Order: sequence, then C-alpha cells, then structure tokens
Amino acid sequence: QLEEEKDEDSFDMEVAVTNPEKIGKEYFFLTIFELMNRTFSVWRRFSDFLGLYEKLSVKHSLNGCIIPPPPEKSVVGMTKVKVGKDDSSSADFVERRRAALERYLQRVVCHPSLLQDPDVREFLERDELPRAVGTHTLSGAGFLKMINRASDAVSKMTIKISDSDAWFDNKLQEVESEELQLRKLHAVVDSLVNHRKELCGNTAVFAKSMAMLGNSEDNTALSRALSQLAEVEDKMETLHQEQAASDFFILAELLADYIRLLGAVRGCFEQRMKTWQRWQEAQSTLQKKREVEAKLLWANKPDKLQQAKEEITEWEGKVTQYERDFDRISVTVRKEFLRFEKQKSKDFKSQIVKYLESLLQSQQRHVKFWEAFLPEAKAIA
Amino acid sequence: TSSVRRNGPKFTQLIVGARSVSVDLNNDASLLIDIPDALCERDKVKFTVHTKTTLSSFQKPDFSVPRQHEDFIWLHDALVETEDYAGLIIPPAPPKPDFESPREKMHKLGEGEATMTKEEYTKMKQELEAEYLAVFKKTVQVHEVFLQRLSSHPILSKDRNFQIFLEYDQDLSVRRKNAKETFGSFFKNMVKSADEVIISGIKEVDDFFEQEKTFLLDYSSKIKDSTARAEKMTRSHKNVADDYIHISATLNSLSVDDNTALKKYTNVEGRVASDEELKLTELLRYYMLDIQAAKDLLYRRARALADYENSNKALDKARLKSKDITQAEEHQQQCLQKFDKLSESGKRELTSFKGRRVVAFRKNLIEMAELEIKHAKNNMALLQGCIELLKSN
Repeated sequence: QLEEEKDEDSFDMEVAVTNPEKIGKEYFFLTIFELMNRTFSVWRRFSDFLGLYEKLSVKHSLNGCIIPPPPEKSVVGMTKVKVGKDDSSSADFVERRRAALERYLQRVVCHPSLLQDPDVREFLERDELPRAVGTHTLSGAGFLKMINRASDAVSKMTIKISDSDAWFDNKLQEVESEELQLRKLHAVVDSLVNHRKELCGNTAVFAKSMAMLGNSEDNTALSRALSQLAEVEDKMETLHQEQAASDFFILAELLADYIRLLGAVRGCFEQRMKTWQRWQEAQSTLQKKREVEAKLLWANKPDKLQQAKEEITEWEGKVTQYERDFDRISVTVRKEFLRFEKQKSKDFKSQIVKYLESLLQSQQRHVKFWEAFLPEAKAIA
Repeated sequence: TSSVRRNGPKFTQLIVGARSVSVDLNNDASLLIDIPDALCERDKVKFTVHTKTTLSSFQKPDFSVPRQHEDFIWLHDALVETEDYAGLIIPPAPPKPDFESPREKMHKLGEGEATMTKEEYTKMKQELEAEYLAVFKKTVQVHEVFLQRLSSHPILSKDRNFQIFLEYDQDLSVRRKNAKETFGSFFKNMVKSADEVIISGIKEVDDFFEQEKTFLLDYSSKIKDSTARAEKMTRSHKNVADDYIHISATLNSLSVDDNTALKKYTNVEGRVASDEELKLTELLRYYMLDIQAAKDLLYRRARALADYENSNKALDKARLKSKDITQAEEHQQQCLQKFDKLSESGKRELTSFKGRRVVAFRKNLIEMAELEIKHAKNNMALLQGCIELLKSN
C-alpha cells in the first residue's frame, strides 16, 4: 500500500538514549520516548538496535525505502568495554555510541512508514527483547561493502524510457558526488579534531612552563603576571578540549552519519534498478515463450502447445506484476529521496547552527579570560 | 600596516610598520634606524636598512643601504670579538630567515593542484601567501630589533663596524670576506663551554654578581623550555587554522548553502595563531637569546677574575724567586684593571637588561592580551551574524 505523505509534525516523537549502564560485559541504554505527552522508557542493548535494523532492512529495503543505517560496530571499543577498562577513552567510546544510537533511533521514528512498523513498536514498548542473532555480521564496513557490491553490478545500467528516469539518473549522480565530497570533508574534520587535541596537550604543557618561568622571575609584578598567564593558558586548554568535543560530536559524526545514509540512498536507487531489470528479464522470457509457442504451432504438438500457452499466461502475469512493482518502487524512491533531502537540509542546518553556537560560546569565554588577564599585564612595573 | 607588491612569479616587496619585541629605554633620537622594506628572491632576503641621524660622524643625515642576513652576522661577530666590548651584553644575532614551512606547503599544493577545483586552489594559495608574509614580517622584525638595540646603546652605537654597516653603499660582502674568519668565533664558543664547567666553580666576591649568576642560570633553562613549548603550541594552533582552510575549500564544492558562515570563520583562526606567535613565542625566543648574551658577559667577567687570580699567584711566585717581579706586578695590575672594568660595565649592563626585559614583557603581554580580545570579539560578531542569518532562513 502506498502511504500518503503525512505532515511530519503530526508525528512528533522525541526519543532519547541515555544512562549507559554496564550490566555484566555489556552496556544497556535507557531508551526514552515521548508521544502525545506521555513518556515511556525501556532498557536496550546495542545488539537490540542492530537487530531492529536487520528486521527493518529485510522488510522495507525491497520497497525502495531509505532505512537509516545503524551505528558502527567497533572491535577496539567493545573489547575495552568487555575487558573492563574504565579510562577516559572508553568513557568517550560509550558516549559516542550513546549519541549515535540516539541519532539512529530519531531517524527511524521520523520516518512515517517505519514508525508504523510493528517491529519498531515492539522495540519501543516491549519490556525485554530476545537477544538478536546474526548481528555480528552487520559491521559498518560490512554494510558498506554490501552496498558497493550491489552498485558495481548495476552501475552499467541506465534506463532510457522517459524523462522521469533522467531524474533518477541525475539524482544518483548527485548522491555519488556528494558522498565523495562528504568523505573528503570528513577526513579534514577528523584532522581538525586531532590537531585540536594536540593543541590542547601543547597548551597544557606550555601553561606549566609559564608557571615555572614565573617562579624563576625576580621582578615581583612580572612574576605574578607570568603566573596569571599560566592560569589563562590552563583555561585555554579546557576551552580547546571542549571545542574538540564539539568538532567531533557535532561536525564529524554528522558527516559520518550522512556518508552512511547516502550509501543507503544509493542502495534504494539500486533496488529500483534491480526491479526494472527483473521486469525486463520477464519481458524477454515472455518473448521467448511466445516464440516457442509459435514454433509449436507450426510443429503441431498439441500437448506441448497447451503447456506453452500456460507458461505464456504465467509470464504475462509476471510481466504485469513486475511492471507494477517497478512503478511502485519508482514512486517510493522518489518520495523517499525528496523526504531525505528535506531532512538532510534540516539536519545540516541545525547541526551547523549548533556548531557555530559552540564556537560562539567558546569565544565569549575567551574574551572573559583575556580581559581578566589584561590588568595583570598592565600592572607590571 | 604592511602591504605586498608582487613583481613576477615570486614574492617580492614588503613594506612593514615598526613593530618590535624589544624596547628602547633610551629616548635618544640622534640615531634612528628602521627596515622599511625587504625583497625576497628565491632563498635570499635583501633588507633595506634606513638611517636617520643628527650625528656628524655620518656623511649624510638620511640614507638607505641594501643588506643581506650574512651582513648582520658579520656585524654581530665583529662586535663579539671586540675586546673592548667584553663588559657589554652584545645583542643576540638575528636568526636566519626560515621560509621552509610555507615553501614545503607551496610545493605540496603544486603537487595536489590537479585534484582540487580552481576555487579551492586559489583560496589555499592565498592562505599560503599570507603565511609567507607572516614569516617575512617576523624576519624583518628580528633584524630591525638587532640594529635598534645597537643604536640605542651608548657605546655600541659608536662602533666603527656598525657605522660601516649602516653607511657603506657598496656590496658589503666584499668587505666581509676580508674580515676575520668565522672559524675564530667557532673556536671561541668551544672554549667557552669548557669555561662554563671550570668557572662556575669560582668563588664570587661580589654579592650582586653572585645573585645574577644564580638567577640567570636558572632563568635561562626555564625560558629555553618555555620557548620550545610556545613554539609547539603555536604550531598546533597553525595546524588547526590550516584545517579550517581545508574545510572551507571543501565546502565550496558542496552544494550545502550554509557554508559561508564557516568560510568566514576560517580566516580568523589563522590571524590568531600568527599574532600569538609574534607577541608571545617571538618574545620568549628573543629573551632566551638575550639571556644567553648576558650569560656570555658573566663568563667573560669570570674569566677575567680567573686571570686576575692566576696573575696573583704568578706574582707571589715571582716574589719568592725574586725574578721578573716588575713584569708580574704589571701583569697583575692589568688583570685587575680589566676585571674592574668588566665588573663596573657588567653591573650597568645587567641592571639595564633587567629593566629592558621587564618593560618588553609588559608591552608584549599587554599587546597579546589586547589582540586576543580583539580577535575573539570579531569572531563573536561574525558568528552571531551567521547564526542569525541561518536561523532566519
């Protein structure tokens, strides 16, 4: 059944994934969702989220739906968690995972069709979910490999039936080129995060050396000023650290998410191609069957002729079915794509605003710290 | 303010305003020196040294000469090797102009030109030119400061070699080659490090110098450390700025229409990094070198003290043997005189050095804080504008 495009505002469900708690070897996350002023919450494992993705993928990807891809699996991160390493890097990892799960779930509930899906309902409502099986194959890299293999197979095909197919061709090209640019951008943002962390470390070390220099200085006012400078640089270090977190969680993760999402979009287009291919193959099979019938008419073999006629009827049915499937998936993919573009635009804008606001806040504190230092510098005599 | 004039494919003329980490405590306008512009051709930098003077010892009241970095080094070494100046702090030699970092980046940019859009390439090239400009400003600053320290010194400003440097209107490199070989100063440095071990052990007679020695030795190692840390911090800051440039260049190729905000922001990070370097890192580096020069003075004095003590021993020996007593007495007197002269001059120099250092730190720390505030406020205005624009769309 085709879904009517409902106004998304009427389905305003907010979700949150919070309170990571380690039970045994794995983390459970409190998944909270709010609908029509009522709040519900359940505990879910990471594998539960992957299991949800798998179920949705099986059901909806054939329709041309853009299924939001799940967060990446990380062997390194998970090992640390299992081993019980409780340092700052594993805390970072848990936070990264929590945020990714939240974004993933938000995307799922934003999708009007998926929200209706019984598996999604079960995910949100059932107290305890049976442990999902087979999710170990669903690593982030594996997912992308799957998509890329499919795209290699169909990349040679283009449909030239009508103008609307030109639309699909153009959009696919746009998606591919955008994915490339996002990858490039992601690499640079990654570099930014690393350099910012380096700056953090170097600032801390510099602050210490300034404090030592201040101690060594024999002019009292200058000595005091140098110590104050050391304190300012310490505060700078904190600012850099917070900014690095913003760089990562707001920008880098946004880009990583969309690189994966664009892969899913490509998957939809490929799915449409496959459907078209199936229809074309059915048409050529039908043609062959008709040729067989014609030959049999000439050869005058009534039993075989009957079978041939039955097969023709069968394949005529298939051709009709497959054509309908193709039309339906074309409509879905188009609708999905437009919805996706709208969502992407919204997402990027809101994240960029958030990022700029984080920069703004940082600069405000910058001003405060240096304005506090200035009289100290002026007091040197 | 500074501007760049481009002649041909390479970077050339640069006009800078006066901006130095050092300060002139001596408000004497009888000899004013500045470097109003410089030329960069391949590896060589040619500085235009401009002198304005009311002193009759010079042939003209207002004149300019072209000078290379090697000419500055020649002048510095000539001063260091002048016996009469043993009691003075010789201003540290300016470091060699170092364009390696922007040059390497320019090379990489050239190699990667095929993989980027014309817009990206142009933007990155612009940023690289800004980096060249920053290095340029830095090197002009340190060379200018060196000369200004000399011109404000009551004794060094009258030095004959200094005058030649300022005035001689032909190629100085010809004269340089006739001067003492640099091997001489290498040797001196070698001997000095051996001295450091021996002479630190000498018992100091004067409280002032005892305190100075302790202070300078400690401060010297701390400021060396601080300089190295500051360099690392500044370099990290530049890396962050470079990343923002890349981000901006990549955003250009994306159809995301919200990218103008980030593009504008990228320019600011770069400015902050280079201002921080000029005010803080360069300040520390300069005083690290200056303190080394002060330590050199202490060692020369300690050497003179050792010579004096040796001459005393020689005199006692001579008296015992009743042989060459007059010679020994004369030698002892000479040593004492030399030592006293060095002590007197050294005390003056070290006291004024203290004052100069405090004033320079004050000036640069104030300027740095003011620049940080200015940049942060500019950033805030920029960001607020962008955020409002995005929210209203």
